[in-house]
Amino acid sequence: MPFLNPAPTPTPDSEPFWQAANCGELLIKHCEGCGQAHWYPRPNCPFCASDRTVWRKASGRGTIQSHCHLRRVADPYVLAYVTLEEGPTMMTNIIDCDPDSLKIGDPVTVSFIPSADPDQRVPVFTVQV
Amino acid sequence: MFRTPLAYIVGAYEHPLRDAPETSVAQLHAEVALGALADAGLSKDDVDGFFCGPDAPGTGPLSLADYMNLNLRHVDTTNTSGSSYLIHVAHAVQAIAAGKCNVALITLAGRPRQQGKGKGSLKRADDPNQPDFQWEHPFGLQILGAYGMVAERHRHLYGTTAEQMGWVKVAASHHAQHNPHAMLRKVVTVEDVVTSPLVAGPLHRLDCCVVTDGGGALVVARPEIARSLKRPLVAVIGCGEAPMGQAGGYAEITNTAAQRSGAAAFAEAGITPADIQYASLYDSFTITAMLQIEDLGFCEKGQVGRFVMDGNLISGVGKLPFNTDGGGLCNNHPVNRGGMTKALEAVRQLRGEAHPAVQVPNCRLALANAIGGQLGVRHASSTLILERE
Ligand SMILES: [Zn+2]
Repeated sequence: MPFLNPAPTPTPDSEPFWQAANCGELLIKHCEGCGQAHWYPRPNCPFCASDRTVWRKASGRGTIQSHCHLRRVADPYVLAYVTLEEGPTMMTNIIDCDPDSLKIGDPVTVSFIPSADPDQRVPVFTVQV
Repeated sequence: MFRTPLAYIVGAYEHPLRDAPETSVAQLHAEVALGALADAGLSKDDVDGFFCGPDAPGTGPLSLADYMNLNLRHVDTTNTSGSSYLIHVAHAVQAIAAGKCNVALITLAGRPRQQGKGKGSLKRADDPNQPDFQWEHPFGLQILGAYGMVAERHRHLYGTTAEQMGWVKVAASHHAQHNPHAMLRKVVTVEDVVTSPLVAGPLHRLDCCVVTDGGGALVVARPEIARSLKRPLVAVIGCGEAPMGQAGGYAEITNTAAQRSGAAAFAEAGITPADIQYASLYDSFTITAMLQIEDLGFCEKGQVGRFVMDGNLISGVGKLPFNTDGGGLCNNHPVNRGGMTKALEAVRQLRGEAHPAVQVPNCRLALANAIGGQLGVRHASSTLILERE
């Protein structure tokens, strides 16, 4: 049985992210105060503290910063950090892969799969071929 | 000498049990407290400051202070997970220097091995109000995954091998064979480590620490009291604490907060890593201890794989004797919080009370470091530098 992602528990300020995820869009927060993108999303920029943070659609492309195959659990899975083209690194999973052949730096693309809540999708990544 | 110690560690005690089905969590706290006070030659009525972490059952210090009937004028429940207890030592020194207490008691105890039987102590928090929770929990974040990613990236950046990580466990096992209380006393080889089952990323089963019940306690006292006691004087001469997170999505996960906690402690002590004769390093995994060796300045960043080879961490063999009690990898990791036992073995070394087979000759300067939380995610490092007078 494949690993079933636990459902996220959205907060009021993260609703747009999780709604977009259900429409196949990866949103990240950009700051109009300092120009930086950050992860995870917050109403106030973690760099300059400005509240002028806006959601922008990310390209959905990135590279593996690191990965870990959790082998000794009932449903093994790959935990990973992916560095997005826009700059920041997010925690996620790499799916549909041979875990032993994954390499740091591999290019990956986002995809959205159902979580334990069948009405909520979560962003995971596949290796680009 | 320009440094004047503000306080001394006068009592230290490690619970002998590693599996405690017959003793309550509160009683384990009481037993380690009384053990450390007896070691110091003090009584519970001398204690006026109490420091504990969330392994203490009840609201902060309230239940345990009541259970032991302590008469307190200072309490502190700083929680940075496994590194809390070294921070408690630092905060006890500060409180004593500020005149807030004279004798500080620090306890850690619990019984995670009994959790399966519904009698456990500390449950991992699953708090959806934790701001990072919704961005990590859905992807199955767990301790093994975090440390596995850190180890994998260190391998990628610096060529660190499974065999090199294995040397850390080998050194710990060489020390644990002499500790009658150690959970695992069998000496292992690099071959044993790298042929044990892979559990997460590049981490093998023997790269992981033990899970134990029990605990430990420390007593810190002001100089006049310390000098009135009959025990060797162990001064706290340098302290550092530092938390580290994901830096808004731009963290390098092979860096640890030990870079900052170590630098602060060495600056306060006025010494350098080359002066340290013995190091207690938190070894939740082999890679955890390795990153501290780099980040505390015992070797160049990225060079720890070569540094730990050929027994360089084995007392009497290598340049940096570490975890001579067997560490968390072989001896004890009570409540999954390893900071306390790091201080305990450093105190034994400085007093000359380590097992003769692992005692560092004329040990005068020692370091204890702990990493609490999850490397690569959010953690805090705490560093203590201790001197035998
Ligand atoms: Zn900003």
